[in-house]
Amino acid sequence: MIIRSPKDFWAGLIYILFGSAAILVGRDYPIGTAFRMGPAYFPTILGGLLFVIGAISVIRSFIIVGDSVGPFAMRGLVLVTGSIFLFGYFVRGLGVALALPILIIISGYASTKFRWGPTIIMAVGLTVFCVLVFLKGLGIPLPVLGPWLGG
Amino acid sequence: MDLIGNLSLGLQTSASLANLFYCFVGVFLGTAIGVLPGLGPTATIAMLLPVTFVLPPVTALIMLAGIYYGSQYGGSTTSILVNLPGEAASVVTTLDGYQMARKGRAGAALAASAIGSFFAGTVATLVIAAFGPPMANMALKFGPAEYFSLMVMGLAASIVLAQGSLLHAIGMVVLGLLLGLIGTDVTSGTQRYTFGIFELADGIGFVTVAMGMFGLGEIIRNLENEEERSVAISKITSLWPTKEDWRRMMPSIFRGTVIGSVLGILPGSGSILGSFAAYSIEKKVSKYGSQFGKGMIEGVAAPESANNAGAQTSFIPMLTLGIPSNPVSALMVGAMIIHGIQPGPSVISEQPALFWGIVVSMWIGNLMLIILNLPLIGMWVRMIMIPYHFLYPGILVFCAIGVFSLKNAEFDIYLMGLFGVLGYIFAKLGCEAAPMLLAFILGPLMEEYLRRAMLLSRGSPWVFLQRPISATLLVIAVLALCSVLIPSFSKTREEAFVEGAG
Repeated sequence: MIIRSPKDFWAGLIYILFGSAAILVGRDYPIGTAFRMGPAYFPTILGGLLFVIGAISVIRSFIIVGDSVGPFAMRGLVLVTGSIFLFGYFVRGLGVALALPILIIISGYASTKFRWGPTIIMAVGLTVFCVLVFLKGLGIPLPVLGPWLGG
Repeated sequence: MDLIGNLSLGLQTSASLANLFYCFVGVFLGTAIGVLPGLGPTATIAMLLPVTFVLPPVTALIMLAGIYYGSQYGGSTTSILVNLPGEAASVVTTLDGYQMARKGRAGAALAASAIGSFFAGTVATLVIAAFGPPMANMALKFGPAEYFSLMVMGLAASIVLAQGSLLHAIGMVVLGLLLGLIGTDVTSGTQRYTFGIFELADGIGFVTVAMGMFGLGEIIRNLENEEERSVAISKITSLWPTKEDWRRMMPSIFRGTVIGSVLGILPGSGSILGSFAAYSIEKKVSKYGSQFGKGMIEGVAAPESANNAGAQTSFIPMLTLGIPSNPVSALMVGAMIIHGIQPGPSVISEQPALFWGIVVSMWIGNLMLIILNLPLIGMWVRMIMIPYHFLYPGILVFCAIGVFSLKNAEFDIYLMGLFGVLGYIFAKLGCEAAPMLLAFILGPLMEEYLRRAMLLSRGSPWVFLQRPISATLLVIAVLALCSVLIPSFSKTREEAFVEGAG
């Protein structure tokens, strides 16, 4: 068997994954009847439907020629999502004054046009702006300097 | 007449100093973020939504509506000047708009877009005022079966309008419905698919999903081919259209407005269908039709008017039925619920000041757009020129703080990151996110109405076909889906998208 349409194949696989997860996890909840539907009823129907759609997509990928997926922008993917996760992890402990520059510099580094100078200037400017607008102005409960720094 | 009384009630509400001010802030911020290349209305609203939480409900919704028009108008500006459409609806604007700009007629194209949008906005406001109340009256007679079928029809429409393969659009819709069910089941109180994670008990926030898939996912995608992004902006000389321009664009604006207003009311379509349809009809009707794509002012005026008219009349199903017809109105419905207003047919009778205030503020917002945008064009141009590698870290900052502020929880930041990855992967696989987001919002509603309908029918699924309105809606849904399978239609659908992408 040759995969003729990689996009269809992988998308189908994702559907199958989510569909079967919905059905399997849903077995823990009461299913009820069509008259009185339990919490598992609708998700199980949807899960089954998604499984079938996934299966069609996978089968089709062996028959009909389609597009290849193309290269993933790994640098962008890892640095951008990584910077978001780090921000979430650090924001309470270190405070906004450090977590924001971390987010800006790491995500900025994903660009091929990254340069230290302008990025640091931007990080400082944006951080000051956010502290003034979001923390002081809109009252979002985040520390400027977090407890890890004795703030 | 009642209409006048209602409109003056709306005027009283929306013309209060605070509401005018926030309408202005909304239009201004919406345009400012909307002009940034690659940011469409969905991402813009998701980013700015948390800002409105501190406001009273009417003011917040007026500001959100302002953000919406602003971002859409900003997107058109970017489409015309640099050929980078922020969302599907403004794709057609690039075809003739960018060509006009290259010929040194950017000013006329921008003016055609602004004047067309204003005219369309004025007409669409009247359409909402006229059709809103009767529609709400009709909706009061809707039972759970009708609501369920209506949502099926809306989802079917969003599937037909999605780019790419039909199978994947259906897959994304079903996936969206499933993800929407995560959290506590309202009927039984069971916590579903939460895997013991406390933060998931309330379900996944739609803003989190929208920011992840439309904000983060889009940024990662843009980082793929950074070198190809060019921001060469053509000079804007004169903004005022010539006499010849006026003569040529007015009929197109009129036609675009009618097409956009009618198509915008259909659930699931919003403004996308309108702008595509207006462009292709204009191409057939106009005597310059054969030269479309080479910078004809009709090719800008018609889709831009349709776009704005549709954006506005799509508020009719949202305000009267409580059913969002596209990701943008889904965000608005979410905002209403956060402010303690359950959107639905009773809003008009129970909160007339809110309903009519929003309707009138739409017109005021459009007026502000035209006053604001033509003189401020120099500033928008400078915003477009911001290089992307400075822009996207800033967008990430606003997304991260915004998503945190929803529930003051870091968990939502992580979740947004996950949806960013998911959004990128789906984009790579050619699966469109817009139908998924719509389904995500409709998931719990659909389940609720399905349950109620089945309870009333004692478990017989035939109820959906026995009730005439429900049956009609389902037949329309099936016909819409089948129409994609008809070779000639599916060819047109593909061509429309290819034309748009090219």
